[in-house]
Amino acid sequence: MVPLSYYLVLSGILFACGVLGFLIKRNIITIFMSIELMLNGVNLSFVAFAAQWHALSGQVFVFFVMVVAAAESAVGLAIIIAVYRTRQTLNVDQINLLKL
Amino acid sequence: MAQYFTLSDYSMSLPIILLTLFALDILLIDLWIPIDRKWFNAVTAFVGVLVSAAAVYLRIQRPLDAAGLPAQTAFMNAMLLDHFAIYFWYLFLAGAAIAILMSVRYLEIEHEHHGEFYALILFSVVGMMCMAAGIDIVLIFIGLELMAISTYVLVGFLRTDRRSNEAALKYLLLGAFSSGIFAYGLSLFYGLTGSTNLVVIQNRLAREMAGQAHANPIAVIALLTTATGLFFKIAAVPFHQWAPDAYEGAPTSMTGFMSVAVKAAAWAMLLRILIWGLAPLRPVYVPLLVFVSIATMTGANLAALTQNNLKRLLAYSSIAHVGYMLLGLVAGDAHSPMADGIKGILIYLLVYTFMNLGAFAVITSLRQREVIGDELDDIAGLYSRAPTEAVLMLIFLLSLAGIPPLAGFYGKYFIFLSLIESKHYVLASLAVLYAVFGLYYYMKIANAMFMREALDKTRLPISLGMRTALWISAFATLVIGIYPEPFIRAVNWSLGIAQVGPVASLVR
Repeated sequence: MVPLSYYLVLSGILFACGVLGFLIKRNIITIFMSIELMLNGVNLSFVAFAAQWHALSGQVFVFFVMVVAAAESAVGLAIIIAVYRTRQTLNVDQINLLKL
Repeated sequence: MAQYFTLSDYSMSLPIILLTLFALDILLIDLWIPIDRKWFNAVTAFVGVLVSAAAVYLRIQRPLDAAGLPAQTAFMNAMLLDHFAIYFWYLFLAGAAIAILMSVRYLEIEHEHHGEFYALILFSVVGMMCMAAGIDIVLIFIGLELMAISTYVLVGFLRTDRRSNEAALKYLLLGAFSSGIFAYGLSLFYGLTGSTNLVVIQNRLAREMAGQAHANPIAVIALLTTATGLFFKIAAVPFHQWAPDAYEGAPTSMTGFMSVAVKAAAWAMLLRILIWGLAPLRPVYVPLLVFVSIATMTGANLAALTQNNLKRLLAYSSIAHVGYMLLGLVAGDAHSPMADGIKGILIYLLVYTFMNLGAFAVITSLRQREVIGDELDDIAGLYSRAPTEAVLMLIFLLSLAGIPPLAGFYGKYFIFLSLIESKHYVLASLAVLYAVFGLYYYMKIANAMFMREALDKTRLPISLGMRTALWISAFATLVIGIYPEPFIRAVNWSLGIAQVGPVASLVR
């Protein structure tokens, strides 16, 4: 059986990749995918812990995270389309009307 | 087979169910309403809020008091309906009601008067209610996301407006990012304790911490990630960058709603998690809170000084208020004798709801057909254009600055008092210093209103809904300031503090 720590390290790596992608990527769609990656790291960690504790609630949480991620992408893509229509760009550096 | 949900569960969540039904009803009825009658949706939403508040009173508050119970749980211990939750439910409903009143004319001017706006406000209130009543991280997380996703759409509601678009995008990206971090922290706490229920998490953490000099490193990492997510949601420095942008770009009535109800919900969640769930880790998170609150007060007050956009200025001011409220959490928690800090936070959120919505109502009314009306120049000479509104705005500004006979004073008073009681003298003097500092930028607005010439000298038209919103906010700001006793009693009640004394006895 694969020990728990393997899953946790993998989930930590997934999460860190997501955070890194969020911070360094400049295309909105890629940033959005990085957030999904972070949530998948969370999901993996929940499932691993749920198996460890023999408790179902962690797996239930994962279902809800997936639902939330889907709803978030629906709304997020709609907003991205609205942004694209008014600016014709998806580079976050050029979306800079509001600043200090 | 065991029965999972009973009728009493549904009865307990009746206010939430009613709000959802009203929101769905608005989505449906909107299709039949001609474009010039869209105000009807606002009426439906307003009635929905009132009906929901009545249900809170009749179905939850009164039965609880009649049975003499401090709290009741629903949905297999996922939802805890105590006085704390009821207090926040009323607060969210009041914020939503005033925001609805403010929105009608604004949306007509923007040509974006759709029923979805009101439906989304109600949906976000449903999310907030789940956050305030949730004692299970699954429910809290879903409530948080329901609120946040509704708010993303509301921020970007002016589809053709480039600023609104941009604000929605930034809010969405940072909001989703912070939810991810928050969920990761929750997953680690789940791993440490094997439960998603905050009460169980607290018990098991306490057992694990007992007899150990240092906290488990995993628990510290979990705390850091969870707290980062929470700080993002309440917009504390250094996790505040989304707030000024989102507040500036959003429809103005929505900015008002976000700065009070959405923020209050984030605070309810923060208090639930830090006080109920993670109480054993209090020695670890207090230094963190001290750092964040000093950074927040400093950063926000400095940044607010140079702002010329009213919405942005009030955004920084609202971040600064978060800094003061965090100090209340440093001072004490609800289970210790020094609950004054938590009491201060709850009073602060109550008065902040009214004074800030009032200020945003005035700014919303500056929006005219040809004028965007959110710059400092647009409010110049308001006294000659709309004297009553200018005076009310002055009241709200003085209250935000914390001048004594007004409501804002009591928020700050209880927090500073609790700091002194818990012997945080340096923090208390620092906070007082920043509060004085804050007076400068509020007075900058007042100066523009009364001392400067108006660019556009025409009289400012104020709609009926707006006038109602203004007067409700002004009335509450004055009444809480002049006669705070019943409100302090309400806060004591919400925290379950049995002994209720007059205000004077608090000054020992």
